[in-house]
Amino acid sequence: MTVVASKQASTRQVAPGQALLSVQNLRVAFGETEVVKGISFTARPGSCLAIVGESGSGKSVTARTLVGLTGGDARVAADRLDLDGTDLLALGERAWRRTRGKEIGFVLQDALVSLDQLRRVGAEVGEPLELHDWGDRRSRPERVVELLTSVGVPEPEMRARQRPYELSGGLRQRALIASAIALDPRLVIADEPTTALDVTVQAQVLDLLAASKERGTSIILISHDLSVVARLADEVAVMRDGEIVEHGVSRQVLCDPQHEYTRALLDAVPSEHTRGVRLVRGTSPSTPRERRPIDRGRPLLEGRHLTKVYRGPDGVDRTVVDDVSFELYAGETLGIVGESGSGKTTTARIALAMLEAEGGEVLLRGEPWSTLTQRERRPLRNRVGVVYQDPLSSFDPRWSVGRIVADALSRGPNPPSSAEERRTRVLGLLQKVGLGEHQVDVGPLRLSGGQRQRVAIARALAPEPELIVCDEPVSALDVSVQAQVLDLLTDLQDDLGVSYLFISHDLGVIHHMSDRVLVMKDGKVVERGTADDIFTRPQDPYTQRLLTALPRLEQAS
Amino acid sequence: MSAATLSPARQRTGIRLAVRPATVIAGAFVALVLLAAVAPGLLASGTPTQIDLTNALATPSWSHPFGTDEAGRDLLTRVIYGTRLSLGIGLGATGIAMSLAIVLGFVAGLAGGFVDTVITRVLEVFFAFPALLAALLVIAIFGPSVTTSIVAVGLGSMPGYARMVRGQVLNVRQAGYIESAHALGHGRWTVLRRHLFPNAMRPLVAVATLGVGQSIVWASSLAFLGLGVPPPSPEWGALLDAGRLYITTSWWLEVLPGLVIVLFALAVTSLGRTLQHRLEGAAR
Repeated sequence: MTVVASKQASTRQVAPGQALLSVQNLRVAFGETEVVKGISFTARPGSCLAIVGESGSGKSVTARTLVGLTGGDARVAADRLDLDGTDLLALGERAWRRTRGKEIGFVLQDALVSLDQLRRVGAEVGEPLELHDWGDRRSRPERVVELLTSVGVPEPEMRARQRPYELSGGLRQRALIASAIALDPRLVIADEPTTALDVTVQAQVLDLLAASKERGTSIILISHDLSVVARLADEVAVMRDGEIVEHGVSRQVLCDPQHEYTRALLDAVPSEHTRGVRLVRGTSPSTPRERRPIDRGRPLLEGRHLTKVYRGPDGVDRTVVDDVSFELYAGETLGIVGESGSGKTTTARIALAMLEAEGGEVLLRGEPWSTLTQRERRPLRNRVGVVYQDPLSSFDPRWSVGRIVADALSRGPNPPSSAEERRTRVLGLLQKVGLGEHQVDVGPLRLSGGQRQRVAIARALAPEPELIVCDEPVSALDVSVQAQVLDLLTDLQDDLGVSYLFISHDLGVIHHMSDRVLVMKDGKVVERGTADDIFTRPQDPYTQRLLTALPRLEQAS
Repeated sequence: MSAATLSPARQRTGIRLAVRPATVIAGAFVALVLLAAVAPGLLASGTPTQIDLTNALATPSWSHPFGTDEAGRDLLTRVIYGTRLSLGIGLGATGIAMSLAIVLGFVAGLAGGFVDTVITRVLEVFFAFPALLAALLVIAIFGPSVTTSIVAVGLGSMPGYARMVRGQVLNVRQAGYIESAHALGHGRWTVLRRHLFPNAMRPLVAVATLGVGQSIVWASSLAFLGLGVPPPSPEWGALLDAGRLYITTSWWLEVLPGLVIVLFALAVTSLGRTLQHRLEGAAR
């Protein structure tokens, strides 16, 4: 740490408050399509600028442009693109290589892809040192260990000798950050550095970047997640369709947004404040309705002491679901929240009877469900629907949207008797989930992510289920699309009284959707209760830790 | 299959077809060969057995573009009339290979465990023999004829297909849409028939097309060695076998039928590759 600090003192030339990086009227085009349409911003030492936007907004292209990695067929133009006096536009490939890593550090989203699987972590982290002739053969490994220590990697000597796939996602991301800051660059560009990370790990990574910022590094954070941004950024620029629509101090942008799009984005973030409120601004259900009452009589779906054991490749048994019990009542949403590896998806698959449990059983309306034979269960399958995280892979690639939904209709209690009736009912279902007639004959490949998830919901609804298991149904969607899908699920519940077993790693989504919540960790249920109890008065230390780690919009400084 | 599902890929291939003249030429050549197989009389004026001893072993000329053989028969006419048999052997052999491969591949892929191990081991033993050697074994047992040629080449090329089918089955079994179909309560057979089979077979359509060209080459090689369809049949391989005696004096007896075989195999391979790209493009 001391080495880092002393080196910084010598390299920092730009006084705080002055611009380190100035970007004026930056334009990037691929062929005829302009994806970045004249944006301007500055990055200052010891300060973090966040560029926020949804997929296709041009934020990642902007990030890549700043490190000269746009690729050969891109045309980059700007009135000014200047890093402390150096014109970045004029840099050739060789000059870029000298700049990248040394002057500008780049942290990518997916550490598993970004790190070479066949090289040791130490070699990957030390690569920038070697490339830029830092130290010698003996001092470099020492520096690598020092770097790994500084980013909070436990047992750094041992980790440096391991290969990326032997490290957890959080450790890999930290190693990647260590590599980006190895030469102590004055500017670090982080493109979605915490996406795909669990919330507690995300908090650690954000703290790490914050510490780097404290030491005077200028950070440009690219993210789709407004809450993450709130935790770290001093300034926020909101991008949409290649333009910055709003730019200002983060507290102001996040708490008092001026632009309509920023407001819509912020409204779309599900949290404890959005329960019972529509996430998509200015929309309302087609017909005003009351929420159906939850029938607290006999549970619709009941899991009793479920246990699932997997034998690992090392021959050691791991209990992935450990004595989990739950009950779900008609018309209710039961949320299961937990980090990756907590056993929530396995629990969902057992509830669906797609996976057999070693212990315990699942009852449907008080009748046996998990203990039935496949043959006995098949006629009852229509009562339990399912929506997956990745809808595309759950569709036969040869089938059109219409055929997918029609196939599900045929499994319902009263399948359509004629081709005409089938078409009418398919259209009706598509309409219910917000799709139109022109999508019937289209293949799902040609639909957007949100539309695909709508098709998946239509398919789940088609056989008139009492219950739909939703396994991370919105995790792959942009926040505004996520908002639409969550609103749709809420409307459908109000309309049809269907129950949801709702699995998510996203605490905000769970709080928004659930009546009652199970918190899972290491295969066990650590806490259960109503959503408000869990989120406002958590009893279990793990739940408390999760909630503390959760970035919130109100943290904007 | 819904037309809409595939249409983006189809459009793309359409453009590629237009800019890739090789594919167009290959298509035209295959079409010509198919025509020769169906209606040889349309392409050749004479008959393949018309003997003209005064004109034996004539070099290629305007009246005999491929020359004549030792009995004065027009070689081009014989090649044209031999098409049906050669193509039949190619299709038949590929058919046998594919059918066996599908059965073995699906049984191995679906059953798993012991059955899978046994089938995979047997296929590996087959692999240890070069395909032509395996074919020779069949011919050694049953003697050369059209039927043994088909069976021999079919058996020889079967293991490669079977391994591909098994891989496909294992792959598609894991697909999300298989689980979705089960979750909707479809039975195992319905899922197999509607989802598993067509999706697993999709890439194999192109592979089988490639196989037809390959089979014809193999059958011709066997015939050249005197182990395929015996002369005086005008089957392409048999023509090579018959011309072998005159190879030092009358080059056209070997070169021109050989060229037809090579060109046909090339053309089919080219079309098969195009098909493969298209199917893979459509399957994301």
